[in-house]
Amino acid sequence: MTNKSLSAIFAETAEPRLATPGMNRATIFFLIVTVAGLSCGVLAFIFGHHVIYNNTREMPWGMLISTYAFWAITSTGLCIYAAMSHVFGGTRMGIISNRMVWMSIICIMGAFATIGVEIASPHRMLIYNIISPNPTSNIWWMGTLYGMAVGCMIIEFAGIVTGLARVALILGVFGAIAEVLANSCLGGVFATLPARPYWYGAQLPIYFLTAAFLSGAAATILFNVLAYKIRGEKMSHAVHLGVKSAGKAMTLVLILYTVATFWRLVSFYVGGPELGRTAADALISGPLSINFWVVEVCVGLVIPMMLIILSRLENVNMMAFAGFLVLVGQFVARYDLVVAGQIVPEFLGWDELPSFFSYVPSIFEFGVIAGGIGVVAFGFLMGERVFGKTFTQKEHH
Amino acid sequence: MNIEDLEKEKNEGIENLPLQERRKFLQMGLAVTGVFLGGSVLSLTSVSHASDLNTDPDMDIPADDQYPYPIHYGMVMRQNRCIDCERCVEACKQTNHVPDGHGAYRTAIQERRTTENGSEKREFRPVLCNHCNRPPCVRVCPTKATYKDPDTGIVVMDYKKCIGCKTCMAACPYNARYFNHEKYAIDKCNFCIDTRLAEGKKETACAAACPARVRIFGDLKDKSTEIYRLLHTPDTKIWVLRPDTGALPNVFYMNA
Repeated sequence: MTNKSLSAIFAETAEPRLATPGMNRATIFFLIVTVAGLSCGVLAFIFGHHVIYNNTREMPWGMLISTYAFWAITSTGLCIYAAMSHVFGGTRMGIISNRMVWMSIICIMGAFATIGVEIASPHRMLIYNIISPNPTSNIWWMGTLYGMAVGCMIIEFAGIVTGLARVALILGVFGAIAEVLANSCLGGVFATLPARPYWYGAQLPIYFLTAAFLSGAAATILFNVLAYKIRGEKMSHAVHLGVKSAGKAMTLVLILYTVATFWRLVSFYVGGPELGRTAADALISGPLSINFWVVEVCVGLVIPMMLIILSRLENVNMMAFAGFLVLVGQFVARYDLVVAGQIVPEFLGWDELPSFFSYVPSIFEFGVIAGGIGVVAFGFLMGERVFGKTFTQKEHH
Repeated sequence: MNIEDLEKEKNEGIENLPLQERRKFLQMGLAVTGVFLGGSVLSLTSVSHASDLNTDPDMDIPADDQYPYPIHYGMVMRQNRCIDCERCVEACKQTNHVPDGHGAYRTAIQERRTTENGSEKREFRPVLCNHCNRPPCVRVCPTKATYKDPDTGIVVMDYKKCIGCKTCMAACPYNARYFNHEKYAIDKCNFCIDTRLAEGKKETACAAACPARVRIFGDLKDKSTEIYRLLHTPDTKIWVLRPDTGALPNVFYMNA
């Protein structure tokens, strides 16, 4: 172990030139957003989750679950790219992988913050997840694996900061494995419910992993470009190559994800249960159609693809904007997926039920979403401020 | 026996066959084609390891030892008898302290209007937890807060373990679960296991309250019960809700 004191470590990793008034204001702003946003979630514990959130018996899951999935999926993507760069090299992303590990931790924190106020009794979870585990439950595995992943990544990051390269490498691999398995279980939460034909099926866990590769690449580009924006510096050539690699990965996965989305939707129209087809209708021509065609397809897939082509993987600002749009598209895609799975009444045809239930998130749900974004933005800025030098160093192994 | 010898035999006709034999033969043929459902649906849905690929008519009626629980509770809904008086709903609410509002109910009556030969037809259908043999809610619960009671097969809740993740609500094919804001846990029908069966009563509150005797509750294994008799009445069409989900429910529907 290193004998360096904590202050000595931070002196080596910190980026004091980022302590500008503008940066301070931005950091405090996002801290306030975090506290104010998550306070909306705390209200649920005071007035009742059933009062504060707009979920119903028929649609028990809403925007908080989808946003949890979005951050968790992004975290997985960041972690996988970082681990692959560390272990195999080969990509140019090695040089930016320390930042990716940090942002992976921060994204999963955003996910935990969101789901922490969504679950009605998280204190029971802390007890009974341990003393009464159900090994057939995807939720149990997902929670446990994400918990393990974040533990591994925190130790990995400590290894990076303190220069313990071997510890960082080994824990990084374990963290990435846990993240992939957790992501797979997250997909499995939805994919193994025959009651919900829109979710049920073997494709969904792979779809979630594809989404992780997409969101992870987009986040890698965006956060790295932002890191140099806030420094007011031009990227070094090596970092530029790293971002370019992420751009290539994003382009490839954009194609895969588009193909997967296309066939996923086609499959509902060639047969299978009516509930699945009606749910697909919600996206194609129903209440989620603007979300789907405008945000998921145009903003999240088509425009980023065009921007990537126009940027020729050289113009990093354009690539960062493409990355941002991909993340917006992915955020809405998770929302549409979660909502579409429940939007068609299970007993359609009885009680004069409409083809689609109505769900509009409450103002408090939007508040929690803002809180989650606050966590990630605050974490990003604090990371640059406290560990900025670590992020711009050469690889640690 | 040689088929050529058989061809030389004189046709005996069916008039001399005992009635019992003729019925058995007819049932066997209809069960193979899927028209006859009396008994068949029961076997396909109430034995946890039953396979829905089983088309052998001899295998249709399960032996008593094939039931997974010592007492195997189920319910038959004689759907055409329901008049939507909702006394079952009220009895359930009172007996099981179901709170008001926020979608809280353990059982409900559904209504459907259809047109038949130019005139409007109203149908009522009682619904509740199906206490499935392959219950999706039980599989997905992270903390075993919901489980199959080992003695009765009833799907019950252990409220103190419920974290409120609502995965069981998403997993249920029957919309049978709700968030009980007083208990701050997910709640559902438990066939009155704690409020009536524990006191030695033989019926659930809803079944006892029904003036039209729509709901017949009992042990599926016990040959002396009405539910057993109903489910084993030949030529009765029996169906379950959403059989495609593979949940193997223990609530059966018929018109009788």
